[in-house]
Amino acid sequence: MSDSEKIKKFDNSVIQWIDKRLPIFSLLKKEYVRFQVPRNFNYLWNFGAILLVLLVIMIVTGIFLAMNYTPHTALAFDSVERMTRDVNYGWLMRAVHMNGASFFFIAAYIHIFRCIYYGSYKNPREIVWILGVFLLMMLMVTSFTGYCLPWSQLSGWGTTVITSLFSAVPLVGDSLVTWLWGGFSVDNPTLNRFFVLHFLLPFILCAFVLLHIWAIHTTGSNNPTGVEPKSGKDTVPFHPRYTAKDSFGLLLFLIVFAAVTFFAPFALTEPEHFRPFDPLQTPEHIVPEWYFLPFYAILRAFTMDICIPFTQIVLLSAKLQGVLALLGSVVVLLFLPWLDTSPVRSARYRPVYKWCLFLWVVSVVVLGYSGAQSAEGLPMLFGQIGTFFYFFHFLAVMPLLGKFEKTLLIPDSISEAVDKKMGMKN
Amino acid sequence: MRKIISFLVLFAILFLSVSAVAGESVPPLQHNWSHKSLFGTYDREAVRRGYQVYSEVCSLCHTMKFVSYRNLADIGFLPKEVKNIAAQYSVTDGPNDDGEMFERPALPSDTFMSPFKNEKSARAANNGALPPDMSLLVFAREGGEDYIYDLLTGFTPPPTGIQAQTDIYYNKYFPGGQIAMPQPLSDNLDQSAQDVVQFLAWVSDPYMEQRKRMGVKVILFLLVFAGVTFKIKQRVWSKAGKGKTN
Repeated sequence: MSDSEKIKKFDNSVIQWIDKRLPIFSLLKKEYVRFQVPRNFNYLWNFGAILLVLLVIMIVTGIFLAMNYTPHTALAFDSVERMTRDVNYGWLMRAVHMNGASFFFIAAYIHIFRCIYYGSYKNPREIVWILGVFLLMMLMVTSFTGYCLPWSQLSGWGTTVITSLFSAVPLVGDSLVTWLWGGFSVDNPTLNRFFVLHFLLPFILCAFVLLHIWAIHTTGSNNPTGVEPKSGKDTVPFHPRYTAKDSFGLLLFLIVFAAVTFFAPFALTEPEHFRPFDPLQTPEHIVPEWYFLPFYAILRAFTMDICIPFTQIVLLSAKLQGVLALLGSVVVLLFLPWLDTSPVRSARYRPVYKWCLFLWVVSVVVLGYSGAQSAEGLPMLFGQIGTFFYFFHFLAVMPLLGKFEKTLLIPDSISEAVDKKMGMKN
Repeated sequence: MRKIISFLVLFAILFLSVSAVAGESVPPLQHNWSHKSLFGTYDREAVRRGYQVYSEVCSLCHTMKFVSYRNLADIGFLPKEVKNIAAQYSVTDGPNDDGEMFERPALPSDTFMSPFKNEKSARAANNGALPPDMSLLVFAREGGEDYIYDLLTGFTPPPTGIQAQTDIYYNKYFPGGQIAMPQPLSDNLDQSAQDVVQFLAWVSDPYMEQRKRMGVKVILFLLVFAGVTFKIKQRVWSKAGKGKTN
């Protein structure tokens, strides 16, 4: 109990009164004021805070949109258009929410890339990382169900394509799809349950965010050197150092967000998103939102059924392979802490791995390109090569390279690395 | 790190520039529209003339179900004019206290009247084709304004090799080339097409000007706020501030 005695009492008597009964101010002080963090974070460490703010923006705008939305196949498209035109500042809420989804993914992908580049998932932060992968999965389901709600051509057909994937599950596939749809096609029951899920999931996501933050505050943050803090010289208190730095980074991010939202709010949408869903008319191109394109390319990369040799009995249909690869592309992330065998965390000191990681990022971009094209010819081939590289990096490069790579000299401590950098500057 | 950041930029550019373009049809030409530039506004005169074209020609077949007569005030029609325009149309309302439906003149709060009773009657009057709703037409077509302008001005006799059919017309900008809509505009074609396209652009995105105005304020605010925050950050991180923070 000596710890709690050490915390200075609050000057404000009301706060003191509350804190004695519910130590919420002590908690905030401990976790966000005095909390010691490495002193050498770069701007890539801003994205956790940025994501938190985006989550709040999405929930607030989403609640206002939900108040004016009608989850019915005959009314959904019209209700979205009505709230854009006839509800005060409906256009603003919709533009922020719509582009917020894209910026949520931009921030999430940068956050994830930062973890991979600096080896933030390694011992002792495995659980932080795994919770993060769960957050990514929830984010994907949330955005996918949200994309369905305007009941446009892309909403309806996107939902049809993705939910139909479950039909690839052996034996129970078709029943599973009927169960998901709540009927024999994407229809009103599907829209209703997607609306419920889209409203519910963000709150579950919030709970996981709390766990994610709890875990990172327990292990302490990683830093660009990947070396754990060793003494007081390596760390600074969270406030005001990182509250100031995070605020600045957040504002820069919001400027870009605002620029797109106010000056090009429809840049990331397709024309088919402005036509109401017609189950009898398939659009020429069904493209998912840009942030799903790499996964969409992985899904389509498989074209050959695997049969028992010399028979026609299909063991693993091309469709099922695609679905498994799609699931695998996210699930594999859960195992990164154990797939990466290198004792060195930060890619800064891993000259070969750095290039492999670069190639992996290239493969993700190529997959994104391929996902936007029709599944044929050269783009299709690119998609297949990209898929191979995506998995090759995680399943072969990461485990093997860690054992053989000659790493650069790691600094003894964070302060040594910082001093060296400052020395070079002067 | 610099390499990686430049790469992320490339990543973004690549994705933003990737757009699925439908094959077969001729891609629309690029035109200059005053409202498309960064701070551009709608040309009110053109939009009003475009409304005239719409109400005299397009509205005979096309619906515009998300727009109300009162919205016309936003492009400069006076309240009285809006009332008069609305009153030219009649709406089926009801049922009244006797349980009967009745006809009344439209009010500014009513949405634009549909030229047909329902989809079936629209198809019946147009040889089976359904004229699309025009409320979102500029957004709902690849190429937007450019495409609609080219379509309106691009009607030609079918080239050799394509058989002329009754009630099917040829337009190289239309996907597939064969369109059920006869050439809608002919007098002063270029001007009328430009006007109606600008009217349709306004209809699709009526809050564009308000959005851009607010965007300027929001971004200015964020820039100033970011500047202040940057100064604070520098102070906090400078050696002078070190003693206080620990």
